[in-house]
Amino acid sequence: MPVTVRIPSYLAAFAEGHNALTVDSAPATVRDLLYELWRGHPALQDRIVDEQGEVRQHINIFVDGDAIRHTSGMETPVAKNAEVLIVPAVSGGMMD
Amino acid sequence: MPKVQHVSAKKGDVLVLVGTMKGAFLFRSDAKRKRWEAGGPYSAGSPVYAMAFDGRQGRNRLWWATQSFRWGTFLSSSDDFGRTATQPETYSVKFPAESGLTLKNIWQIHAGPADETDTLYCGVEPACLFVSRDAGKSWSPVEGLLNHPHRPKWQPGGGGLCLHTIVPHPTNRNSMIIAMSTGGCYRTDDGGKTWQARNQGVRAEFMPDKYPEFGQCVHKIARNAAQPERLYLQNHWGLYRSDNGGESWQDIANGVPSDFGFSIVVHPHDPETAYIIPIESDEYRCTPEGKLRVYRTRNGGKNWEPLSKGLPQKNALETILRDSMATDTLDPAGIYFGTRSGKLYGSNNSGNSWELIMEGLPPVVCVKTAVVGDGAVSSSRKSASAAKKAAVRKKSKPAAVRARARR
Repeated sequence: MPVTVRIPSYLAAFAEGHNALTVDSAPATVRDLLYELWRGHPALQDRIVDEQGEVRQHINIFVDGDAIRHTSGMETPVAKNAEVLIVPAVSGGMMD
Repeated sequence: MPKVQHVSAKKGDVLVLVGTMKGAFLFRSDAKRKRWEAGGPYSAGSPVYAMAFDGRQGRNRLWWATQSFRWGTFLSSSDDFGRTATQPETYSVKFPAESGLTLKNIWQIHAGPADETDTLYCGVEPACLFVSRDAGKSWSPVEGLLNHPHRPKWQPGGGGLCLHTIVPHPTNRNSMIIAMSTGGCYRTDDGGKTWQARNQGVRAEFMPDKYPEFGQCVHKIARNAAQPERLYLQNHWGLYRSDNGGESWQDIANGVPSDFGFSIVVHPHDPETAYIIPIESDEYRCTPEGKLRVYRTRNGGKNWEPLSKGLPQKNALETILRDSMATDTLDPAGIYFGTRSGKLYGSNNSGNSWELIMEGLPPVVCVKTAVVGDGAVSSSRKSASAAKKAAVRKKSKPAAVRARARR
């Protein structure tokens, strides 16, 4: 089973309009998964990670429901049929 | 998202570009500058600290920098006054991975010289200068600043460690002076290979040594192309002028209610005339006495006069930030400024009187201008030539005529 990556509408505009993307290459970690994602959809990379390859501060990535900030970050394991969510964090107030 | 309005501009129209904490706006008027129509918001919801208009080579290209707190900071451009905008696939202004730095914001976009039509500059946070030689398609950091030996000692000011001011020399292509907070002024005379601190005489109230080589919190510098060695500087405490391209600075805070402030601009046709908006102290950061006053000097800072006609003189506790004042290139000059409370003011007579162009905007952080179709940018040789001609015309007029022209 491929890994399914669900992305918000803003990012879907940079992935041919698709809100759900599949990665068939059996990535072992989130880092591997994102690398595959960039290969297929290069416009997603700068919007999700910074120049140092770190996930942007106000974006959360969940692997099967767990935020990678609370697991092993980019080294978080990804199961073969995992569902990965990439969502903007709730960060209201800082610029209001 | 709000409905986006658009303006239709034609040759000779004046544009005022306004960056706010909730997007970019575009104001348009004819050369009379009495009635304005508004376009925007562009990049609605995101801070836009930098805007520029590139009118070179027949372009009508609007640039702005979006600081999305989710998706990062990136440049957009539009060739039809905002109706359609570029959505870059990959971001063009980025630090190399080996630098260990990440882009936080773009504080300044500056179109290059008129005869280098594909050159653009960006000043960014953390402090660095980027240059594009292909009209903004690709960008590179200027290595001489990226790897500057002072970098480890530069400290972020309240707004971050930002390179916010880019002032190329109008005739010497190898020379440029920039300013950052905090770090101060740096000048290159070899096309960006090396940069020397140029802060002699500028004080740093917050340092044990009040006059260090670098580390000052310079808020803005400005130059008139007709007199390129003269520079004006608004400091975090301190108002200065240099007559030698920044080699040294002298205090010109003569009769102003506060020498704290953020913005400073020079009259487009008279290097003796400059404008500031004093702010009361770096703790309070509001206009003194609740009066919104622009101060103007006509003699290089020997003295300053308050300009208040049309501006509120009661309960006006306003803050005007470093990039929130600008002049246009017409004669008489238009002067514009925006406030943190979302008001945009303009004068079509060199500051003698003011009109409220719009209120209710998000907090204003950037004001720039352009005249459509004149092909010039603020640092161009063309504007330098025009300024020299204007200076000659001014000298040839009798004093009474000059006074009337100023009214």
